[in-house]
Amino acid sequence: MLGMVLKRLMLAIPSLIGVVIVTFLLTRALPGDPAAYFAGPAATQEAVDQIRKQLGLDQPLPQQFVRYVKDLARGDMGVALTTGQPVAAEIMSRLPASAELTLLGLIVSVLIAVPLGILAATNPGSLLDHTCRIVTTAGVSLPVFFTGLLLVYFFYYLLGVAPAPLGRLDVYFSAPPQVTGFYLIDSLIARDGETFVASLKQLILPAATLAIFALAPIARMTRASMLAVLGSEFVRTAKASGLSPSTVVVTYAFRNAMLPVITTLGMVFSFLLGANVLVEKVFAWPGIGSYAVEALIASDFAPVQGFVLTMAVMYVVLNLLIDILYGLIDPRVRIEA
Amino acid sequence: MKRRTFLKSLSAAGAATALPMPAIWSSAKAQARQETLLVVSESGPNNVDIHGVGTNVPGYEVSWNCYDRLISHEMKTLPNGTQYYDRDKFKMELAEDMNVGDMSATFKLRKDAKFQDGTPVTAKDVKWSLDRAVSVGGFPTFQMGAGSLTKREQFVVVDDHTVRVDFIKKDRLTIPDLAVIVPCIINSGLVQKHATEKDPWGLEYTKLNTVGSGAYKMTKWQPGAEVILERNDDWKLGPQPKVRRIIWRMVPSAGNRRALLERGDADISYELPNKDFVELREAGKLNIVSTPFSNGCQYIGMNVTKPPFDNVKVRQAVAYAIPYQKIMDAALFGLAKPLYGSGLDKVKDAVWPVAHNYNTDIAKAKQLLAEAGYPNGFETTISFDLGFATINEPLCVLTQESLAQIGIKAEINKVTGANWRTELNKKTMPLYTNVFSGWLDYPEYFFIWCYHGKNSIFNTMSYQSKQMDAFIDGAGDAATSGNKAAYETNVKGFLDLAFADVPRIPIFQPLSNVAMQKNVSGYQYWFHRRLDYRSLVKG
Repeated sequence: MLGMVLKRLMLAIPSLIGVVIVTFLLTRALPGDPAAYFAGPAATQEAVDQIRKQLGLDQPLPQQFVRYVKDLARGDMGVALTTGQPVAAEIMSRLPASAELTLLGLIVSVLIAVPLGILAATNPGSLLDHTCRIVTTAGVSLPVFFTGLLLVYFFYYLLGVAPAPLGRLDVYFSAPPQVTGFYLIDSLIARDGETFVASLKQLILPAATLAIFALAPIARMTRASMLAVLGSEFVRTAKASGLSPSTVVVTYAFRNAMLPVITTLGMVFSFLLGANVLVEKVFAWPGIGSYAVEALIASDFAPVQGFVLTMAVMYVVLNLLIDILYGLIDPRVRIEA
Repeated sequence: MKRRTFLKSLSAAGAATALPMPAIWSSAKAQARQETLLVVSESGPNNVDIHGVGTNVPGYEVSWNCYDRLISHEMKTLPNGTQYYDRDKFKMELAEDMNVGDMSATFKLRKDAKFQDGTPVTAKDVKWSLDRAVSVGGFPTFQMGAGSLTKREQFVVVDDHTVRVDFIKKDRLTIPDLAVIVPCIINSGLVQKHATEKDPWGLEYTKLNTVGSGAYKMTKWQPGAEVILERNDDWKLGPQPKVRRIIWRMVPSAGNRRALLERGDADISYELPNKDFVELREAGKLNIVSTPFSNGCQYIGMNVTKPPFDNVKVRQAVAYAIPYQKIMDAALFGLAKPLYGSGLDKVKDAVWPVAHNYNTDIAKAKQLLAEAGYPNGFETTISFDLGFATINEPLCVLTQESLAQIGIKAEINKVTGANWRTELNKKTMPLYTNVFSGWLDYPEYFFIWCYHGKNSIFNTMSYQSKQMDAFIDGAGDAATSGNKAAYETNVKGFLDLAFADVPRIPIFQPLSNVAMQKNVSGYQYWFHRRLDYRSLVKG
C-alpha cells in the first residue's frame, strides 16, 4: 500500500506545478494594483512607485516567478500585505479553525443526512421520503450567509441563548495551548473544561449553518445509492433467508451503499472548506476562506497563491484518503496507480 | 489495515468520543469586564507601525495609542457636547516646553518619560524617529513633507533633553504636522538591535511590536481577528487612562456588529452603515456621536481636460442636475452635513468645508446644457469605488436618473477597491464620485492638494487656473505672515472661484459616527477619526 501511496503522490506533482504556474499568472492578471492600494489614499505617484519597488513588483514577470518558486522551495509563501504576516504561518493558524468548523458541520450533517437518506430509501414515496426531499431542497436553496444571519438573529439577538458571533472564543477566554489547533481537542488535552464548553458554544451556530447546507448532497446520495442496493439480488436473498430488516438494511445494504456516499463526503468536505467564506464572515471566524477573499479584494498576491496551493494539496491528499478508504470498505476495489 | 478491523475501529472511535469531561472549572474568567473595553470594527491593522510599507488606517489607531509625539492638541467642546480636538491649541506630550522661533522650534523633553521597556526617552530617540519618518518613503514621508519637514538635517540634538527642528521655509503647517500620527517617537535603541543591513530602520520589527512610550502597549495581535492592548501603568504624560484593557475584535458583518451593540456585548463600534446608525439613535439604547469629517467632503468630479466637461457651462449644468436632497435622504439617511443650496451668491466666511449655492434645478440645467451646445445631451460614464458601495452606489444611481432628465446618459462603472486608486491616479475617468479629507484642517491645505495647478494626484479633475493658483498661494503666504485680512480675501477668492468653475461639485460632508453603550463615555473626535483609548471611561 505504501508503494501505491507514493506512486499517487508522484502523480500529483505535475498538477501541483500546474497550480503554481496558473495561480501566479492569474493573480498577476487581476485588475488591481497592490502598490497603489497599499500606498493609501494620500500617496503620491512617487510613493506608489517606492512601494512597488519594495514589493518587488517593478521587476519583469519571469523574474518575479523565479523568485516566487525559489521562496516556495524553502517553504516561504511570502508575506500578506492585508495582515502583514507570513502567509505560511497564517495558513497554518487559520486552517485548523476552518477545518474544525467544517468537520463538525460535516459530522452533524452526516448524523442527520445518512439516517434520513436510509429511511427515505426504505420507505420510498412515504411522508418521510417527502420530508427528506423538502428538507434537503430547502437546505441547499438557502444561501449560507442567509441561514447564518437568520440563526444569529433568532438564537443570539432575539432569544439570547447563543453566544455572541465573535469568532472561535468569547472575548474573555484565551485560547488553549496549541497542540492540534482544534480548540475542542486542545482544550481537552489541557483539561480545561470551561474553554471546551465555550468553544463548543461558539461552534454550534456556524456548524449548524454549514450542516444545513451540506445535508442535501449527502442525504440525496445516500437515498439514491440505498435504493439501488435495496433493489439488488443479494438483498432479496438476505430478506428471503429471513434476516431481520435491520440486519438487512444496516449490515448488508448500507455497507454496500457506502462507496458513493464516501465520495460525496470527500467532495462536500473540500467544497465546504474553501466555500465557507460566507459563514466565516457572518460569525467573524478567523478561517482560511475569509483570509483568501480579503486578500483577493486587495489584490494581495501572496495569500491568494498560498491559499490555492494549500487547497490543491488538500484535494490531492483527500482524494488519496478516499481511495484508500474505498479499498478498506469494499474488498473488490483495488486501486491501481 | 484490514477491512474488518477498520470497520470495527470506526465504531470504537465513535464510542471514544464520549470522553468523560474533566471537571476543572476556573472561576475568575469574567473578573475584569469592568476594566475591559470591547471594540468591534470591520477590519484590523496590517502593520502597527505607521512608518511601515502600506500600513492601513486601523494600524494608525494602534500607533496613535501606543506611541507619544512631541506635542498634541487640546480638546474643545462642541455645542452638542462632543469633545473635539482644538486645531489651534497645542498640548505638550513628550515635550514639556516648545519654543517656536523665526526659522526653528526648540523642544525641551520631559525628563520622566520612559519607553515601555524602561529606558528613558532622549533627544537621540526623537531625532532618530523624525529622521526615520522623512526617510522611509511612502505615506509617512509624504505627510512630513506636507509640513515642510523633508530633510534629516532639520532635526538637531542640542543636548540629551533638547531637540531643535529647523525650518527649510516658513510654513504655518510645520508645527501642526508635528502633532499628527506620523512623527511618533520610537525607542531607537531597541529597534536598532533588530535592524539589519537590508532593513536599516527596523521596519520588520516594529511592524509586529509597539516600541513606544505610549499609554497602551499591544500585548496580542492575531491579524484579521483580534488585537489586545494593555494599559502602560508607567505612563506619566497625562492622567492615567481608566480602561485597563482594550479588546478589539474584527467582525466583518455589519449586521452582527449592530447585534453585538444592541445586546450589550460590544462596548463601542464605528463603521456601521448610516441606516443602522439612524435606527440605533431612534431606539435610544446607545450613545451615538456623529461628527462631521474635519476638512473633508464627498464630491462629484469631472475631468476638465476633455469635452464635454472642459466646458464650464456643462459643469454648471451637472451641478444643477445633482439630486442633492434625494442623495441626503436615500443614500445617507440624513446622516451628513449638506454642502449645497447655501442661498448666497458669494461665500460669507473664510472657512472650509462650506456650502455652495447650487441646488437641484432641472430647467436651469437644461438651459445651461443647451447654451453649451449640447441641447440633446451626451453619453458618458460615472465611476465609483465599490469599497464604499453602501453610499456610492445609491448616490450614482440617483445621479444617473437625474442626469437622464437633461439628456445626459451616464453609464455606471463600478471599480473594485483595490483598483480605485489606480484608476483615479490615471485621471482619465470623465465623471466620478470620491471623498477627500485632510488631517491638517486648513482651507488652503485642502485647496493646494485638490485645486492647485501643480496638479497633485488629488487634483483628480486636472483643473488648471492661474487665478486659482494665485488665490491659494496668496492665502498660504498671508497665513505665514499673519496677515488676516489678506488671508480671508484669498480664501474667499478661491472658494468662490471653485464654486463658479465647479470642476468638482461638493455634495456633503460625511459624518464620523461612533456608537457606544450608555456606560461608556469620554469619546474624543480626532482629525484621524480613530479612537483615542486614553480618554475612554467605562461604567
